[in-house]
Amino acid sequence: MSELTTLMVNGDTHTVDTSRDRPLLDVLREDLGLTGCKIGCGEGECGACTVLVDGQTTRSCITPLSAALGRPVLTVEGLAAHGHLHPLQQAFLDADALQCGYCTPGMIMAALGLLERCPDPSEDAIIAAMQGNLCRCGTYARIVRAIQQAAAELRAATGAGQ
Amino acid sequence: MTETRPRTTGPDAGQSTGDRRLAPLEPDAPAIGDWLHIERDGRVIVYTGKTEMGQNIRTSLAQAVAEELRLPVSAIQLVMADTARTPYDMGTVGSRTTAVMGRRLQVVAAATRELLVDLAAERWHVARDELRIADGKIVHDPSGQAISFGELTQGQRLTQEYDDTTPITPADQWTIAGTSVAKVDGWAIVTGERRYTPDLTRPGMLVGKVLRAPAFGATLTQLDTSAASLPGVVVVQEGDWVGVVAPDRLAAAQALAAIRAEWAVPSQIAQEELFAYLKDHLAPQIEHQRFGGSERYERGSIAEGRAAADHLLAQTYTVAYIAHAPLEPRAALAEWSGGTLTVWTGTQRPFGVRAELAQAFGLVEEAIRVIVPDTGSAYGGKHTGEVAIEAARLARAALRPVKLIWTREEEFTWAYFRPAGVIEVASAVDGDGMLTAWEQHNYNSGAAAIQTPYAVTNQLSAYHPSLPVLRQGSYRALAATANHFARETHMDELAHALGRDPLAFRLQNLRDERLRAVFETCAAAFGWGVQAPPGHGFGIAGGTEKGSYVATCAEVVVDQASGQVRVVRVVQAFECGAIVNPNGLRNQVEGAIAQGLGGALFEAIAFANGTILNNRFSSYRVPRFADMPAVEVILVDRPDLPSAGAGETPIVGIAPAVGNALFAATRIRLRALPLVPQALPIASGTRNEAIPR
Repeated sequence: MSELTTLMVNGDTHTVDTSRDRPLLDVLREDLGLTGCKIGCGEGECGACTVLVDGQTTRSCITPLSAALGRPVLTVEGLAAHGHLHPLQQAFLDADALQCGYCTPGMIMAALGLLERCPDPSEDAIIAAMQGNLCRCGTYARIVRAIQQAAAELRAATGAGQ
Repeated sequence: MTETRPRTTGPDAGQSTGDRRLAPLEPDAPAIGDWLHIERDGRVIVYTGKTEMGQNIRTSLAQAVAEELRLPVSAIQLVMADTARTPYDMGTVGSRTTAVMGRRLQVVAAATRELLVDLAAERWHVARDELRIADGKIVHDPSGQAISFGELTQGQRLTQEYDDTTPITPADQWTIAGTSVAKVDGWAIVTGERRYTPDLTRPGMLVGKVLRAPAFGATLTQLDTSAASLPGVVVVQEGDWVGVVAPDRLAAAQALAAIRAEWAVPSQIAQEELFAYLKDHLAPQIEHQRFGGSERYERGSIAEGRAAADHLLAQTYTVAYIAHAPLEPRAALAEWSGGTLTVWTGTQRPFGVRAELAQAFGLVEEAIRVIVPDTGSAYGGKHTGEVAIEAARLARAALRPVKLIWTREEEFTWAYFRPAGVIEVASAVDGDGMLTAWEQHNYNSGAAAIQTPYAVTNQLSAYHPSLPVLRQGSYRALAATANHFARETHMDELAHALGRDPLAFRLQNLRDERLRAVFETCAAAFGWGVQAPPGHGFGIAGGTEKGSYVATCAEVVVDQASGQVRVVRVVQAFECGAIVNPNGLRNQVEGAIAQGLGGALFEAIAFANGTILNNRFSSYRVPRFADMPAVEVILVDRPDLPSAGAGETPIVGIAPAVGNALFAATRIRLRALPLVPQALPIASGTRNEAIPR
């Protein structure tokens, strides 16, 4: 059943007229044009659709719109500010932690979710947190390095700001 | 369809693709302007039919052009894989982009550079040798004059023909090529701005879904679509082919689910019978071409080689069907306008897909445009145009643009697989450890790299096409993985049977200097010859394919109680001639090792009666973060040699290296890929034997 629904994404409030049963992924992509979150598997197994909901790492392909109502949603499009990449985005470029790039937005969002709850993760903690994200091109080691670099930069920035 | 079937991947794949005036074959694109255009503002546009799908060619090809034009990479823009804008291309296959397209664009760019010098010399009435090129300008130092490329050519199409013999810059003088230039569009990728085919929209676009049979070969016996006629939904039926279009993905899925269909499923080959079936069901001679054509290489006399030997060994190896599982599933967006059709789709063969569309819809090829957005990987899995045809059918019926994105289950079932195969090797060795005969037969998986790189006087290698059991086709490195797995496992078996060191035994029988070099480089970096820690094993393997060379050392550890296997360390040396982008190449080699680990250890398609049983990522295991060993890649740069492709060959060493390491750790010889789909049954001593001979 279609109904008017208010959704908060990347700091903006959107009103969509749609069924609350639709996957959050589809609403982000089809209604809001935010195609950074990708269609990969439809069962939450590949992580290509990862976004943050209330700061929590969320597989948007198996999350109904209803579960995101009233909670801030962050997609990869919301990371870069005023033409400046987020440290995670820059670290992925610096480490060349991608090939085809299809997994990259989901990887970055899953990494952000990790760093929000654990600013100084061990390598094992990174691997454990990222285990649900697939990169078929096999850039895993580079992604780990990118997350470590970004974590260090974010900690330094936080320390400097205190 | 097999890997070398001409209509999909063969060297003559362009023969059926119609009007050469509009879709010229490569030799028919003789003008500089076919490949390269200089805008008035000096930007250089390069046209290539190749697809960027993660190999980094959008960057590395730009480097090649930038080098010859003495321009920064940022001044070069590539238009790729668009049948209306780029010269005909047989496909992004066979590691040919760097070796063939890279070389062609170098020549075109060098010819452009010479042309620009000619134009400036003419304009100023000065001698050519008084001119130099810098920063997008031709400069005449004696007079202090300078003119930009854009001013010289005024945005005109460069109709001059380029000369294949135009000298290109030698690799040892490269300043832009040969360096680790960052990805030209990395920013768009990490910000989510890059649009892959599933991300595209068109005005008025609808979303499609297709009704699938429950098994291969099934026929529709009953159909009731009445419940699917929901608001906004169009049901499309053409014979037994049924699809729906709807405003969004959920509505399309709900409409499809409302269709009631009954199917008759014929009895089909069981997985347990697979290898015996392939061995026993060779494609009839007359049909060989359909399955890639048999290949046979013979030198010397196997009988004489055996007669001269002190040791004989014969073993059989098998490889399972595996899936490419590109993270971007097959997708297409089709739009009709009058009698013309435009399709955006992620494919390695835009011109091949255009030919498929022309055939499917009875159109001339010039009425069809196929545009390939940069694609979320393929690994040899996106040669064919099924999804493009389906989207175009739906769009034609709906009278609207339609986007169709295959589900993961569709991708795992209705695409195609790397062929399963049976490989028989029979070898003969004399008392000095020299190979005297080598015979290798590959049933069904393919001919790639079937010939041994070792120095053997008497050899026979043959590929025997079988009647395929599942849909099969190209895969990264084709059968080079299977043939190297069999050969390099067998070499290891021989070394152990003779009591010789596996590396020393290989080098003793190897004259190819490039292959020797990567073996020695890899072994030195790995520390070959040191005793492995308890429970650990070291393995080595190597080979050559498509002009590049690889050697791989692996260290595994096996839990003696559980039989759990872990690959803890991989060292790989790789040489592909002159390196165009070291970091991009390193990334490719690392990725090939990672992907190869899946096929080596656990990937296998499970099927029963024409149905794929593990058609999801939750049931088909692919390598994840925790599966990664420590990887060290050593790139052997050879600026004195032409650049060869590097997307495929780095994958062929990992499976035999790991299998050989597992033997070293456990004394259990594994002759089937995947090696350890479950934990290694150490206690029971059960072997992962290939089929009985």
